[in-house]
Amino acid sequence: MHIEVSGLNKKFGDFQAVKDVNFQIEKGQLIGLLGPSGGGKTSILRMLAGLESVDEGDILFHGKRVNDLPPQERGIGFVFQNYALFKHMTVEENISFGLEVKKWPKAKIKARVSELVELTGLSGLEKRYPHQLSGGQRQRVAFARALAPEPQLLLLDEPFAAIDAKIRHELRSWLRDMIDRLGITSIFVTHDQDEAIEVADQIMIINKGCLEQKGTPWEIYKNPQSPFVAGFIGESTIVEDVSCLRGFENASVWPGTKALIRPEYVEVGKAGDFKLLSATEAGKVRHVHFRGSEWLVEVEIGSARLVTYRSLEKAIVHPGDEVQVLIHRAYLFNDNDSWVMENKLKEDPMPVHI
Amino acid sequence: MRRLWIGLTVAVFGLLLVVPVIRIAMGAMNEGWSGFAKGLARPETLHALFMTGVIVVIVTVVNTIFGVMLSLYLVRATWLGKRIKQLLNSIVDLPFAVSPIIGGLMIVLLLGPETALGALFNKAGIDIVYALPGMIIATLFVTFPLVVREVMPVLQEIGNAQEEAASTLGASAWTTFWRVTWPSIQWSVVYGVVLTVARALGEFGAVLVVSGNILFKTQTATTLVYQDVENFNLISANSIALVLAAGSVTLLLIMEWAKSRREVH
Repeated sequence: MHIEVSGLNKKFGDFQAVKDVNFQIEKGQLIGLLGPSGGGKTSILRMLAGLESVDEGDILFHGKRVNDLPPQERGIGFVFQNYALFKHMTVEENISFGLEVKKWPKAKIKARVSELVELTGLSGLEKRYPHQLSGGQRQRVAFARALAPEPQLLLLDEPFAAIDAKIRHELRSWLRDMIDRLGITSIFVTHDQDEAIEVADQIMIINKGCLEQKGTPWEIYKNPQSPFVAGFIGESTIVEDVSCLRGFENASVWPGTKALIRPEYVEVGKAGDFKLLSATEAGKVRHVHFRGSEWLVEVEIGSARLVTYRSLEKAIVHPGDEVQVLIHRAYLFNDNDSWVMENKLKEDPMPVHI
Repeated sequence: MRRLWIGLTVAVFGLLLVVPVIRIAMGAMNEGWSGFAKGLARPETLHALFMTGVIVVIVTVVNTIFGVMLSLYLVRATWLGKRIKQLLNSIVDLPFAVSPIIGGLMIVLLLGPETALGALFNKAGIDIVYALPGMIIATLFVTFPLVVREVMPVLQEIGNAQEEAASTLGASAWTTFWRVTWPSIQWSVVYGVVLTVARALGEFGAVLVVSGNILFKTQTATTLVYQDVENFNLISANSIALVLAAGSVTLLLIMEWAKSRREVH
């Protein structure tokens, strides 16, 4: 389903939950609404579903305004955060509810239910009640129930929030596969960036009711359009005065500009590890933490402190070691503007060929 | 120390609840079965029990329907302001706070034959005070909070997510209520109904004020017990009281069963 939202506003009392949000979603895409808790993601989702009224703005499905349609008539499926399964109904009854309501013929309901049970891997659990299921199983029942009436748009509110970390991972890729296979337009809300990056075709970053940026995960990571997005996606450290770092001296042209530097922009090593030593700077290792599959190294350059990851295969560094630090790039921002700046010394000014 | 407390609790429980019931049973059986049967078989007893029955049935039906409706509105309605909800919510408790006699008096003062409203109904041929309608209103007033207070907390606890899920699946409000909400609240409704019946069976003060206790007309079982005691007809009074007590105990046993069922679901 093609979706268009324009000028969307929503207030709860004095609290502006959603502020002038505009976006379009192409048919068949999987969209992640990402942002901090209380940022208005769920409100947007609930307005799309018709569970919340719209104060201002238009919601169009297939070019048709649906603002005044009740949820029953919008042709959507909704997976609730805590699944909201009908607790007095079995798995089978939960899934068939939407079909019975729509007065499907009995035989067709039976066929559809067994199809969905098969699809979601719930075979053998048809007669169980929700309280007899694990979190992951409940999630799949909620998913099957929402899909049963063949909706054109699937909305998922924090679908993995209530599931423990390990199963969450499996379910994510399962959901991704499932939605790819069905080709249904889907929007899910999450506050977990890994989840959004891993699952979504496109991410919309929502903060304080505003849509900060919309794009593929790679675009958002590479070209964040606001300091908020830059800081929210990935890990980063803020450096107050970036012009004191080697290769970024030019930054002093813009007073009041700060830099945001991600761990993966930073490399540490001995002098011999770098091809272009002139682009590096001397620093001192402050702390080293083991992070399961790599080292997290905290390094100090002058007054600035940066973090970076270091492969376990490389020589181990210790706190207090003098190292060379190469900063590949920094994300600069001030009150009016933001841009990405590459380390200008990385391009060898006088290449010498031997 | 512990024994002392257990002993005291048992003593209080016994003195307040068990002894009176035994006393009533003994009083009723003072002249054996025949006295008990004679007390119950009097035409005024039968009429009074019939009146009580009519009131209980009507009050329970009305109370159940409107109690559930009001609970739904107070918990779910978005068109009611928060302030109005709070106000209504506290008004629901009014009958708990006001003495039933005062409640009855309010009805007499509002709808009595001397008042404008009462006269209006009188002209239309309907007597309210000193007749069945007034007694029903009085009993409704006294029992009104019982269903609401049972159902509201359950509605709040289950939240509206299941109902919202039903609506996104295409279910109408009516279907959602019967297939999703009702199964969750049914046992608390039963609980509230049982309490309403028990209370309506035993209501005395409000009904006495409103009914005028007219023999063969507005006399209920409880007011007849009162009159029998006044007339030193103790065997009959005890017999009726025993029947009422037995009815209430049966109901409360049903309630315990309903409670255990509720915990299952």
